[in-house]
Parts: sequence; structure tokens; C-alpha cells
Amino acid sequence: MSMPFYVSPEQLMRDRAEYARKGISRGRSVIVAQYRDGIVFATENPSRALHKISEIYDRIGFAAVGKYNEFESLRVAGIRYADLRGFTYDRSDVMARGLANAYAQTLGTAFTNESKPLEVELVVAEVGTAPLDDQIYRLSFDGSVAEEHGFVVIGGQADYLNEALSTQWRPGLDLADALALMSSLLATSTDATAAPTHAGTRDNPAIEGTIVVNQELEAGRSEPVHQLGPDKLEAAVLDRTKARRCFKRLTTARINELLGE
Amino acid sequence: MAHESGFPRNFTGIGSSFFEFAQREAPEVLPMARALENGQYPEVTHGTTIVAVQYAGGVVMAGDRRATMGSMIASRQMEKVFSADDSSVIGIAGSAGLAIELVRLFQLELEHYEKIEGDTLSLDGKANRLAALLRSNLPLALQGLSVVPMFAGFDAYRDRGRIYSYDITGGRFEETNHHSIGSGSVFARGALKKLWHSHLDRADAVKVCVEALWDAADDDSATAGPDAVRKIWPIVAVVNAQGFSYVEHEELERIATEVITGRADELAHTHVLRPGVDGPDNAVPPTAGGGELGREHNSQSGQGEGNAP
Repeated sequence: MSMPFYVSPEQLMRDRAEYARKGISRGRSVIVAQYRDGIVFATENPSRALHKISEIYDRIGFAAVGKYNEFESLRVAGIRYADLRGFTYDRSDVMARGLANAYAQTLGTAFTNESKPLEVELVVAEVGTAPLDDQIYRLSFDGSVAEEHGFVVIGGQADYLNEALSTQWRPGLDLADALALMSSLLATSTDATAAPTHAGTRDNPAIEGTIVVNQELEAGRSEPVHQLGPDKLEAAVLDRTKARRCFKRLTTARINELLGE
Repeated sequence: MAHESGFPRNFTGIGSSFFEFAQREAPEVLPMARALENGQYPEVTHGTTIVAVQYAGGVVMAGDRRATMGSMIASRQMEKVFSADDSSVIGIAGSAGLAIELVRLFQLELEHYEKIEGDTLSLDGKANRLAALLRSNLPLALQGLSVVPMFAGFDAYRDRGRIYSYDITGGRFEETNHHSIGSGSVFARGALKKLWHSHLDRADAVKVCVEALWDAADDDSATAGPDAVRKIWPIVAVVNAQGFSYVEHEELERIATEVITGRADELAHTHVLRPGVDGPDNAVPPTAGGGELGREHNSQSGQGEGNAP
């Protein structure tokens, strides 16, 4: 009879975390930030159909990085959770906190009990009637939750972008300014991916999760500050001035208009 | 994930219908969850007349504001016309409690699909979903708690407004030009037939709807006409290429007032039968001039209180 190898729990958790982290860092970052009239989501995404940003409920949005099939089923679960709750009670009784808890439980359970952890990182954001009421939650693959203020970056070059945003983002930006900032940072993070100084521990930065490989890394490096073409930018807002469904995807035309192109 | 924490496993399955999801995971929240025991039930609230009219750019749907419970008026301000989503409208007649729940469920069904699929259903797809919801209410409908909706919307592919009617079995029928449902629908339909023509614009169509509701209210006690005393007007919604919108209170007040004064003019010379003068056993008054009935006297429009014709 063969004996199973002994693996210490510490080692097991470390391995799982390492595995999940690797998967997540391969994708492109998503930035979620407050602006004057709400919360704006942006990411580089060449696909028009496979979204990383989505509506959950009237005032709640969702963003994810990592494995598409895993975060897609979490997104659907979130919509079902919110819709069932809103139908059972009232639309005003659906809140981001409850949803974030459900996600945290699911991610945490998968991390410890399933054969492999979910390779995803999520943001659940709820827009309030004033900027102080906005809630932004970041959920990690292991089920840990962090409430963020101002902005949050998940996936890809999150450390680099967080650093850049902490000096350049400020409260009360209007939508055009916020989007321009995010777009240019996402573009430089593409460059940073290619530059060894920021590549850090990333194994294979050119692979875009399950979506499309970006072929323009070399071109990007020679021109460090540029903006992502609107056709590559997936963006959406939770607009606090709207009466009911606040989530609005920004079309290419609207992005063009906002970026002044 | 077979634990009590987080989402139940079934929350992550395939499917974009909220109704099917709720049937599976939480049937107790659905309005048509269980059939009733046999027996006598007290009167429940009923919603009454809805009319819809196609016009060149889309479709208009209108409903009166009365809800009845037997012979009693249960509400003067009931809403029976709702947006189903940005480009369609639903009006309801029948058991009010169930009907309103059905509308909530239908609205959520469309929104749920839109969020999960990232795209909206076709107008026919929406009409079919409504049929499926109604069919599931059949056991209750057979026990007297029937809901009969009317659905209409703007079909972007065909570039025109379309109207659908239903029966309690979920039968779905597309109507052309105009349609009416509810207790006053027979009278409303007569009016629609006379007033509708193929060159209506939006304003005409709104007025035709208000006129038709007037005629329904005139002959059906469960339908209310424009209430000039309380300033409660019918609810009128328009769906066209720009989407769904309610007709504003001020515009409705103007149109309803036009209809009221129009009818008052038409009926100004109604001969009202007078006790002791008209009818059997009363002699023809000698002053009435050659047996001609006295037409000149009355300017009453036939309304009782002004709140209802």
C-alpha cells in the first residue's frame, strides 16, 4: 500500500495561494474609482462580448479578473442573489455588503475545501446618493474582503497601478478626467508589463487570462504615455444621478466623446 | 460549495430566466406558488379596463384608475399600466393582487435576462415569456383568480408598435390597430373602432385612448372616467423608438378636460326624463308645441357627480 505524501497545512495554503495569484496576475487590471457623480469601472478588454464589468442591481456593479468561466458563474450567482432578494423584499433592500459577504463565503470555501481555489479577484461596488455613501469592496481568491475608498485595482499590474493612482487620483474628478486618468494608466501598465522593472514576479505577462493576447507590448514601450484605443477599453459607470438602474455601459462613441478624440 | 455558506450551488448554474430559477430555488416567493382549496372565497380587488392603440410611431396604452371589490370601489388611484422594460408596456385586468405580483415578476424576468445575457429579448420573446408566466397561474385562474394582461411594445426590427392580448391559459394573440381588455372592454372597443384610423399621431392616439376609456366608464360601473373633482386622470403610457414614457399629468389634464367638454357639448341637449311629465300615465303637456318634446331645457351632460360619468 502506498502512503500519501504528507503536506503541512501551511505549505498547502501557500501553494494554493501561489497558484491562484499566478492565474490572477496574468490578466489585465481592472480599475474601479469614484468620480463626482458615481463610480467608474475601466479595463483593457479587446472583446466586445466577454465582459469583465457588469451590472448586478440598481446601484450595484461588479468587476472581475482571472478565469473567465469562474468569475462569470460568480457574476450570475450575484445577479440571482440580488434579484431574488429584491423580489422577496424590496428593491431598496438589496445591498452590496450582503452580496460581498456571499462572495467572500463562496471564495473562502472554495479556497479551503475545493480541489483548487477560484482564480479570480472581484470588486463589488455600490453607488450611494453622495460620495460618502459609496461602498467599494475588493474580494480576494481566499475570501478576504477589503473595503476600499476612492479607488481600487485588481489583477495584472495592481501594485503598480495602485501606486500611480494614489498620487494622481483625487476626490471630485469629473467623469471625463477620471476616465482619461484610468485609460492612460491602463495603457502605461501595458508598457510596465513589458518593462522588466515592473514585471516583477509575473511569469508570463503577455497572456490575457482566457481572452485575447495583446500583441502591442513592444510598440507600447517605445511610446510610454499613450491612451488605450476606445475599442480596447471596456468601461461602465454607476451614475448616482439616475433614478433606478444606475449602471450604464459606456459605448465606444461615448468613450471617444469623454476622452475628447 | 455544498456548505451553508456563500451561494447555494444552484445559484451558479446555467439559465437566464428568473422565473425558472425561482421555481427551482425559492418557489415560495412566486405569486402562483400553490392552488387554493376548493370553497367559497371572499371578494378580491379587481382592476378593470385597459385600452391600447397603435399609431404611426409606436403604441399608446391607457388604463382607468378604479379597482373594485364586488360593488364597492376599492381604490380610485390604482395603477394598472406599467413599463415592462425600456421599450415595452404591460397593462393588467383581473385579480389585482395577483396581477401586480405578475407585473413585478415579468419586469424582473426581463431585467434578469438582460443582465445575465447582456442583451435584451426580442419583443416576441418578451411576449412569449409573459405567456409562460400566465400559464403557470392557470390553476388559480380556474378557481376564479384570473389575471389577463395586455402587452405592447416597440419592435425595433419591424420598426413599429405591436400589441399582444392573452387568455388565462397563456394563449398569446397579436392584435392589430387597437385592443381593449377588462370589464369595460366591450364599450371601449366600440369606441376604438369608430375613433381609430391609420393616420393617428401620438397626441391623437392618446386622445383616442382617453375617449375610449370614457365610453367604457359611461357604461361599465367598474371603470372610472376622468375624475375632474380630484384631478385623477387615467394612466397613459407611450412606447416608441425613443422608449417608454408616461404621458405627463399636465398633458393628461388638458386632454381629459377636452374630452369632458367635448362630451358635455355633444350631450348638452339631452332630454332628461322628468317625473310627473314624461313616462306613462302622464298627459302630454299642452304647452309643448305640437307634441314636440321639450329639447331646449337641459344642459346636463348625464354625469352624476363629476367624478364618474
